[in-house]
Parts: sequence; C-alpha cells; structure tokens
Amino acid sequence: MSRAKKNFINNLITYGMVVVAFLICQLALSGSIDGFKMSRSLKGQLVPICVYIVMAVSLNLTVGISGELSLGHAGFMSVGAFSGIIMSTWLAARFNMNNEVVRLIISLFTGGIFAGIAGVLIGIPVLRLRGDYLAIVTLAFGEIIRNVLNCLYFSIDEGRLHMSFLDPMLPGKMIYNGPAGATGVDKISTFGMGFALILFTLFVVLNLINSRSGRAIMAIRDARVAAESVGINVPKYKMMAFVISAALAGMAGALYGLNISSVTAAKFKFDTSILVLVFVVLGGIGNIRGSVIAAALLTVLPEVLRAFSDYRMLVYAIVLIVVMLASNSPFIATRIATLKSKIIRKNQTKEGNPA
Amino acid sequence: MTQKRQSETKMVPVPSHSIVPERDVDKRPVLETRHLGIEFGGLKAVEDFNLTIGATEIAGLIGPNGAGKTTVFNLLTKVYQPTNGVVILDGKDTAGMNAAQASKLGIARTFQNIRLFGNMTVEDNVRIGLHNQIRYNTASGILRLPSYWKQEKAQHQKSLELLSIFDMQDMADVQAGSLPYGAQRRLEIVRALATNPKLLLLDEPAAGMNPHETEELMENIIKIRDQFQIAIMLIEHDMNLVMGICEGICVLNYGRIIAKGTASEIQSNPTVIEAYLGKRKED
Repeated sequence: MSRAKKNFINNLITYGMVVVAFLICQLALSGSIDGFKMSRSLKGQLVPICVYIVMAVSLNLTVGISGELSLGHAGFMSVGAFSGIIMSTWLAARFNMNNEVVRLIISLFTGGIFAGIAGVLIGIPVLRLRGDYLAIVTLAFGEIIRNVLNCLYFSIDEGRLHMSFLDPMLPGKMIYNGPAGATGVDKISTFGMGFALILFTLFVVLNLINSRSGRAIMAIRDARVAAESVGINVPKYKMMAFVISAALAGMAGALYGLNISSVTAAKFKFDTSILVLVFVVLGGIGNIRGSVIAAALLTVLPEVLRAFSDYRMLVYAIVLIVVMLASNSPFIATRIATLKSKIIRKNQTKEGNPA
Repeated sequence: MTQKRQSETKMVPVPSHSIVPERDVDKRPVLETRHLGIEFGGLKAVEDFNLTIGATEIAGLIGPNGAGKTTVFNLLTKVYQPTNGVVILDGKDTAGMNAAQASKLGIARTFQNIRLFGNMTVEDNVRIGLHNQIRYNTASGILRLPSYWKQEKAQHQKSLELLSIFDMQDMADVQAGSLPYGAQRRLEIVRALATNPKLLLLDEPAAGMNPHETEELMENIIKIRDQFQIAIMLIEHDMNLVMGICEGICVLNYGRIIAKGTASEIQSNPTVIEAYLGKRKED
C-alpha cells in the first residue's frame, strides 16, 4: 500500500504545516521571546487569514477537484455569515448562553448548514450547465444572494426572532438591518477557533478526495462520459462537491461575520469571490496545500506592504504576476525538481552510512 | 374497460432474424434490440436495428466508416436516447434510463478515442470502475470509519486482481495518461470489466496495435469471455480479428443492417462485398 502511505504522508505534511504555523503565531502573540512580536495590524489579520484559507480550500473543491469554475463563492460566505450572526445573537438572547466557544461552534455549523441549503438550491439549476455558462450563472447567483440579503430584516424581541422582507418595521432590537447590515455583533470569533476550522476543513476535503466519492468526483472532471459509463451518478456527485464546498464557505463566513462588529452584504461582493479564486489559482488548481499557503500569504501581503503606502496594491499585483510566472516556468520547475532529488539523495546516503 | 382495450389491440408479426450461438439458446439473451433507431435533425443515423446477442457470445459489428457503428454503441449504453425502438438489456427495457443506470444493468464499454481518467493512477481508474461493486457511503469515507478501511482494502485487492488479466498489476501506481497507447486500451477494458458487466462493448480495441499485439488481444478477449462468462460485442476494422474470434457478425451500412451471420457467411455475402469494395463494373 505504498500509494496510500504516500497520500497519508502528504496529508500529514499539510496538517503539520498548519499546526506549526499556528504554534508560531501563538508564540508571537504571547510575546515571550524578545523581539519576536506581532504587530497590531497583523494581529487583526489572524482570523481573516483563517477565513480565507477555509474559503480557498473549499473553493478548490469546486474548481480544482470537481472542475467547475464557480464565481459566486462569496455568496455562500455571506449566507453563512448572516445566519451565523443571527444564530449567535438568538442563542445569547434566548438562552443567555454565556459560553462563547459553544455559541461560536453552534453558529459556525448553522452558517454551514444554511450555506449548504443555498448550495443545493443554486446547484439544481447551475450544475446542469457546463464551462463558461456555469461560471456566468454562479456569478449571477452570488450577486442575487447579496441583493436579496439587502432586502432582509431580522430583529429579536424577548428571545423571539422576527423576520421580514422589504419591511424594516420590526419589533424589538434589530439584528440585521437590510442594507445597513448587522451591527453590534458580539465578536466571539477567536484565532484558535479559526485554526480548528482550518483543520476541520482540511479533514473533510482531504478525506473526501481519497475516498470512493472523491474519486467519482474527479472521474467526472476528467472524463464525464466515461464516468457515466461505469455507473457513476453524475448529478449526485457534482452536487455533493458543490454543496460541501458551499457549506464550508458558509462556516468560514460565520467565522468572518462574528469577528467584526458590523457586517454588511456589500462586504461579499464579486471582488471577494475573485480574490478567493486568485488564491486557488495561485496555489495550484486542485492543490489543497497550495491553496492554504497562497491564501495565508496573500492575505498577509497587503498588511506587510503597508510600508509602501500608496504603491502597495501595485506591489501586490507585481508579486502575483511574478509568482504566477515562476510557478508556470519550466526552468524553475526543473530547478526545484533537481533540488528535491538532491535532498532525497542526501537523506538516502545518510541512511546508507549510519556512521 | 381495460379488457376492452386489450381486445382492440391489433397484433402484427415482429421480424426476428436473430441468431445466437447454440450453447446460449436456452439462456436469456443479454441484449435484444427491436427497431432501434435514432435521428439527428432528420438524418437517420441508425434505422431499424434488430439484434440479439447470446449470453456468452462474441459478436462483431462491422461496416464502412460512418456507417453508424459507434452510434449503435452510444444507443446501447444510453449515451443517446433512441428516437425509435427499444433496447432490452438482460431482459429489462432500458427506456428512459441514463448511461449510469444502464451500467448498473450490466453493460460496459470502451471508447474509440480513449477516455481514461488521465490524471489518476492506473489503480484509481480501476477503482472508479468498481464504484458500484465495492461501496461505502460518503460519511464513512470522510470520517474514516472501519467500513472505509475494509472496503478500500477490498477495492485494492480486486483492482490488482483485475489488472492481472493483462499483467498490468505492476503498473498500478503509474499515471494512466502516461501509459503507452496499447496499455491505455487494455486499461479501458479492465476498467469496463470492473463494473461486473454482462455485456462488454469494445469500440475498436485493436486500433493502433501491431499484428503481434492484436494476436494477444484476440486471445485475451476469448480468455475474458471464458473467465467471466459474459457476452462481448466489438467494433473493429481489423478483419483478422473479427473473422478470427467473432461468432455472430452484423454488418452495418448507412445506419442499416445489411447482413448478419457467421464469419464465412459474411465473407461470401455479395451485399457486404459491395458495401466495402463497391459494385463490380458490368461489362
């Protein structure tokens, strides 16, 4: 079972990378080592980094593994964000739940479930399309979700949830106020929970890929007719990938929404979908570990580049182009390959000569 | 009411020119088509296609280029929905089914232009073929429950066993897209066999093979039939292969069957000779 072992080691590296990064961040946060401290702006970026990593990994499930270009991922994120916020507020008002961790976990899963439901509803028409058409329609659905959210109003009155469409006159305290968004949100998201969510996402996605269902999903991507001819239920597996991806994006959205005190639907515009797609493409389509690295680096980069003030987006764009060129260059690819084989050979000679 | 309708039914004779090997005569035929036809915007690609294949028959479907042979395969595997007629697979009408459902009834195929899952390993290709044979649900796959480990192991063993038909078990970890052409064709056959079919359709299995490889393929086709006790139908232009191993041969031209019979009958049939070589000039 050499192949299974290889997979296992590969997955272990991905998990290990995330755990090590988390520990380093924790160390920097504690400030126990002199000179090794995190700046305030970077501290504020910790939860968003987790959010974008989860977004990128979940989008990679649709784009890389299932092979469908989806441009409406931010739509699922917004559904998750607002259902998570509403759940969290309702739990606090109705049950006086003070345990923030439990409340956050329940809110995350609520966000995931509602985004998953949105995924099913959107998936039914969208997954009948292919290629560019699918991309265009997912883009439209992302915008539709945002515009529908602009017309929704939620309030809470003595532990009861009220909801209306287009009518802002609701009793009690407003939780979600249409275009003005959700204000006065309890900021209960933590970096630790973000880290846990990343591990959860990786666990779901990596285990899915190396299973019967994951292989069916990739088979449809590689040769749809052949996949059908061996008895794979194509709509079912396409839907499965799409919904799992949407649900994970919803969880990321809930984490994001509960991290800032006021959230509006405008935060989940088309730009956000594209930004996440950039992470996926840059990290390598179908490459989960790549998505994690790209999302983390590119979320931090604009903060690090603050020193360049006005030019920072320019530098950001240049970095994007350089990385893209470098990762596609055969010259650099062969260099990396020789470096890798050198390292392996070194290890082998070490093993050969224990002295 | 129902009775009255029944009495009004007009009965017509159905043409049945079908032949099956003698050993299969008391078994249910694996495939039966009646008046099968498909039109593409008025063009009748296949018309009035009647065929019966015995349970362990090796059947051949031949014809000049563009005769509609691959279209017949697409009709049988439900890639296309017929505009006329019925396809009966192992005694069950396939009307309204899709390709995946037909596969569950026991039909499997290879493709003229190879359609492997090129980015995946050889073993994964076979495992995908085993999709409906060795199964566990998605949740136990994600949560890595004991059933996952058990079934994955069974899949691994079964796929190596299937690959050993063509002595390919050593290539299990090779990327399917990087295999040589002949090996890709063989892998397609293994993948089709993994679905545990009752009828295996091979679309030009010997295309691009040298005479030696073709010879080997012929032996293997007979071996597969004997080992799995299934029917095999193949499209092929290599007449050595067709005449060498096919029991019943069906000749298609312009979407219609022009001849049916054994190898020797087909070879001496004037209509077939005309379709392939043209009409003899009268002088």
